[in-house]
Amino acid sequence: MISYLLRRLFYGALILLGVNLLTFFLFFTVNTPDDMARMSIGGKHVTQELIDKWKAERGYDKPLYVNAAKQGGERYTDTIFWDRSVSLFELRFGRADADSGGDIGQEVGRRMWVSIELALPLFVLQVIASTGFALLLVMFRQTRLDFWGVICCVVMLSISSLFYIIVGQVLFSRVLMLSPISGYMAGLDAVKFLLLPIFLSLLSRLGTEARLYRAMFLEEIGKDYVRTARAKGLAETVVLYRHVLRNALIPIVTSAGSYLPYVFLGSLVFESFFGLPGLGAYVIEAITRQDFAIVRTMVFVGSLLYIATFVLIDVAYTWIDPRVRLS
Amino acid sequence: MSSMPKFVVLWTDAAVWLLLACALAYALMVLRSPNLAATWRKVFRNAPALCSALILALCLAITVADSLHYRPLLPPQAGANQGAPAYDTVTRSVLDWALSDLLESREVTYSRPFAYVGFTKDSVTVNGRLLRVAPRLQHGGAYLTDPQRQWGADVLTRCLVGLAQGAAFALMGAVLLLVLVARSRRSGVAHTAASVWRGEGDIPWRAALWTLVVVALLIGVVVSMTGRYHVMGTDTTGNDVLYQSLKSIRTAFVIGSLATVATLPLAVVLGIVAGYFRGWADEVIQYLYTVLSSIPNVLLIAACVLMVQIYIDQHAELFPTSAERSDVKLALLCAVLGLTGWAGLCRLLRAETMKLRELDYVQAANAFGVGSSRIMLRHIFPNVAHLMLIVTVLDFSSLILYEAVLSYVGVGVDPSMNSFGGMINLARTEMSRDPVVWWSFASAFGFMLTVVLAANLFADGVRDAFDPRARAFRPRLPVTRKPVAPEPVAPN
Repeated sequence: MISYLLRRLFYGALILLGVNLLTFFLFFTVNTPDDMARMSIGGKHVTQELIDKWKAERGYDKPLYVNAAKQGGERYTDTIFWDRSVSLFELRFGRADADSGGDIGQEVGRRMWVSIELALPLFVLQVIASTGFALLLVMFRQTRLDFWGVICCVVMLSISSLFYIIVGQVLFSRVLMLSPISGYMAGLDAVKFLLLPIFLSLLSRLGTEARLYRAMFLEEIGKDYVRTARAKGLAETVVLYRHVLRNALIPIVTSAGSYLPYVFLGSLVFESFFGLPGLGAYVIEAITRQDFAIVRTMVFVGSLLYIATFVLIDVAYTWIDPRVRLS
Repeated sequence: MSSMPKFVVLWTDAAVWLLLACALAYALMVLRSPNLAATWRKVFRNAPALCSALILALCLAITVADSLHYRPLLPPQAGANQGAPAYDTVTRSVLDWALSDLLESREVTYSRPFAYVGFTKDSVTVNGRLLRVAPRLQHGGAYLTDPQRQWGADVLTRCLVGLAQGAAFALMGAVLLLVLVARSRRSGVAHTAASVWRGEGDIPWRAALWTLVVVALLIGVVVSMTGRYHVMGTDTTGNDVLYQSLKSIRTAFVIGSLATVATLPLAVVLGIVAGYFRGWADEVIQYLYTVLSSIPNVLLIAACVLMVQIYIDQHAELFPTSAERSDVKLALLCAVLGLTGWAGLCRLLRAETMKLRELDYVQAANAFGVGSSRIMLRHIFPNVAHLMLIVTVLDFSSLILYEAVLSYVGVGVDPSMNSFGGMINLARTEMSRDPVVWWSFASAFGFMLTVVLAANLFADGVRDAFDPRARAFRPRLPVTRKPVAPEPVAPN
């Protein structure tokens, strides 16, 4: 188990290295720091001095990959690539590109908690609601409920999440005045700001997931052990809840788990619509301000989360399915 | 030649035409191969899939009409050089030409659907008193002399006329369809009509006819209103919302199709190579797609698009007109979506290839000394092609939905290009006005839901036909009339 985890972590590190290489290539080679400086300073009066000053302030005034002016190891260590990579792996994210941006690490640390407050309840409720709905459909399979339930799912998954947000905001906040339109307060007050985004996010993914889980349940139901369970006279509910649910949990955990990193960053649109100061809103702000340092950091943080979740899912397998032995 | 407009081929136009040619070639191939034809027949036996195919074909027609661009010839100016014809700087498409009534009936600002007055009130001095009145529209209902009394009756008559025209058109279409069906069944038209009405035959023509009727009636009403009213109102700059929605269809289709097709080369080649050769090639390819898929998709796309944007901004001289610039942006967005989105299909194809390479016929080919590349091309590829098709049609709808999110994040299509994402983005502020400006939002919602739902239903039909395992999960209503065969259990 331990050796397996270590191997996974090592592979994870290798992948992070790849991610780092890819993002560096994207952000520094496709457009040179000079382009970025010109972009960031803007206007017609861009002089070389201004560009140099901008680059120096952000530590971009070195060669990209190879520093020909230095000797020995410093040829490769005294470069932007080395600086950026090392600092990312040490989780020192440095400053944002914008003048008013501040320290990225601090921002991430602060905003992370808002994102977690949104993401964790959302994730748990999502799994419960989707499996619950799917189980309901499976219990009433080949009836009108199942038929219209699936149609409902297909219509729901054909609607863009933006529509849920806009209609939900207008309906619940403006017309019914049930919740604040947007904003955030720390502490217990956060609940009333988080309730609506969580509910709408739940609704927007219900169609996709319930339909997927329904198919997974139906696949399990066709298997021999279910026939055996029925043959020995177990009630349908016992068959469903004790046998089918447990076995269907494995694909469900994979599919739900692979969504987890996206929940963290990923209620991207929800956070920005509801004015929640989380990581997702941070990314969108960075993109609109064209702050590449932040986007680059968030790409790294995002893949870190992704790799961490996959290790977690593997561990979860051993817990759900005792047959799985990690080795 | 001097009276001809100047044709302009934009990047995405070329891609759309190329794709269309490929689709036609594929259709010919299907007609020649009995196996494929039978499977596609299975797709169209599914009523929702058949109806969706009709809707999608209509949208495709709009896309194609909107993919033929030209710059109109300007009338010769006095004193200008007579030898060289002058062309308009604005690039238009055939769809623009067909909808020129909508395009040219521009108002000042917002107006409700079917309105004859503007949405916002102006201050007007009447007999020395300052009044707040809603101004008459320049085009919407402009020919009404006494709108307060005429408007209701006028809208109603035009609706009825439109419905009648639509019904006549639907009837013509239905007769044409029935004649074709009767021919293929080699029976009389009346007999065929009766049997279609009873819902007999393996292809659900009745459902298709109903779809045709509904679509024809809607189009009839819209056509009879065109140029006289704004059926879906106007937006903040007075542009017709219906026109924008129709133009957005092309953007959605281009993104949905080009971006999925752009994933294919990498996914297919790398997936088959990894699955066939195993060993270090497999390791490298697995590493590549794990790296790619471990970056949250939105972020990766955002990063790429930002870089593309900087490149375009720095090299503005390469793209003279704004249409060309936004078109290149769209083409590059599709390329970015393709380059970042191949991991899923690649993983699927690799797994399938690994299964196939152990099968006897591949082993036999190997024993006969057939080369690896030939085995992959002749024996493996045709047997994973159905997966490619299923994933492509499934991705189509999700990419249309994705475009809206990307446009909201600010890395979608160019704001100057009509798209559903752009419409929703603007609608966001409109929905918080008081009174609510709801029609842009409703129009985007209606069109987008129609397109995505049709794409989803069609994709489900394709998946059911090409992947027999998926069929077991289709919801069925209990059948009471006929004695029921034992329910097929999901094979495992």
